Amino acid sequence: MDIRYYIFLSIALFVIGIVGVLTRRNAIIIFMCIELMLNAVNLLLVAFSKMHMLAKGGANGTEGQLFVFFIMVVAAAEVSVGLAIIVMLYRNTRSVDVNFLNRLKH
Amino acid sequence: MGITQILFYILAFASLFCAVAVITSKNPVFSVIWLIATFFTISGHYILLNAQFLAVVNIIVYAGAIMVLFLFVIMLMNLDKNLELPKNRWIRLIGAISGGCLLLVLIAALRTTDANMTQLGGGNIGLIKNLGDVLFKQYVVPFELSSILFLSAMVGAVVIGKSEGKSRTPEADKRVAAARASMNVKSL
Repeated sequence: MDIRYYIFLSIALFVIGIVGVLTRRNAIIIFMCIELMLNAVNLLLVAFSKMHMLAKGGANGTEGQLFVFFIMVVAAAEVSVGLAIIVMLYRNTRSVDVNFLNRLKH
Repeated sequence: MGITQILFYILAFASLFCAVAVITSKNPVFSVIWLIATFFTISGHYILLNAQFLAVVNIIVYAGAIMVLFLFVIMLMNLDKNLELPKNRWIRLIGAISGGCLLLVLIAALRTTDANMTQLGGGNIGLIKNLGDVLFKQYVVPFELSSILFLSAMVGAVVIGKSEGKSRTPEADKRVAAARASMNVKSL
């Protein structure tokens, strides 16, 4: 399979995540779009690791899959802290709309 | 066109469709469910690329743990009673246009890359034996550091999310009402 198909698929998934972050105002959906972008990058890393293995042979390409593993670890930690922040935002403003987060302006 | 190519196209269209449905659903619960479907299609891609361990971890960690956390938060928040701010059509249009520009630029920049092939349905580096060999020999320090990261994230989540006794004080309600009034939203 040509690597460019994977590049294009990952770009499309990443851009969908970016459009979601720019257009939605629900903090939870913005957070889910960030997860979508992380997964697009993960998919591209796995495809590149297999491409590297095919080009070089042997056990090359293991590092790419380990990076994906560490990205998942960091994403799990990030989600727990981020959702706690969203819960606190909801407790203070009774809403999860990010437009209520403009207190720094005043 | 072999069976792997056909599977790739099916999975690619499914993941793009589910990803678009995530950002267009009105109800956040449906967004979560579409995102779980997206993660399952991405796991299908991993299996197609012979990264079996990552496919299983993706389903367990993302679709199993993280998305359940999202669902819990959404259901705890009682979102359907929320007030909706007036929709701004321009924000959507501008967001879609800027995203399309980014898509265009990235594809135009990467269109002429070398046509290297990636391997489908072969190789054994995705097996847990080979990944664990490298993880626990070469990358054991980052692996141990990630446990400290998890511990600090757990402490941070507990400290941030801890209820401070009475959460709805009159001052807080007054502040919220002032913020709502400044944005032309009717009060609670």
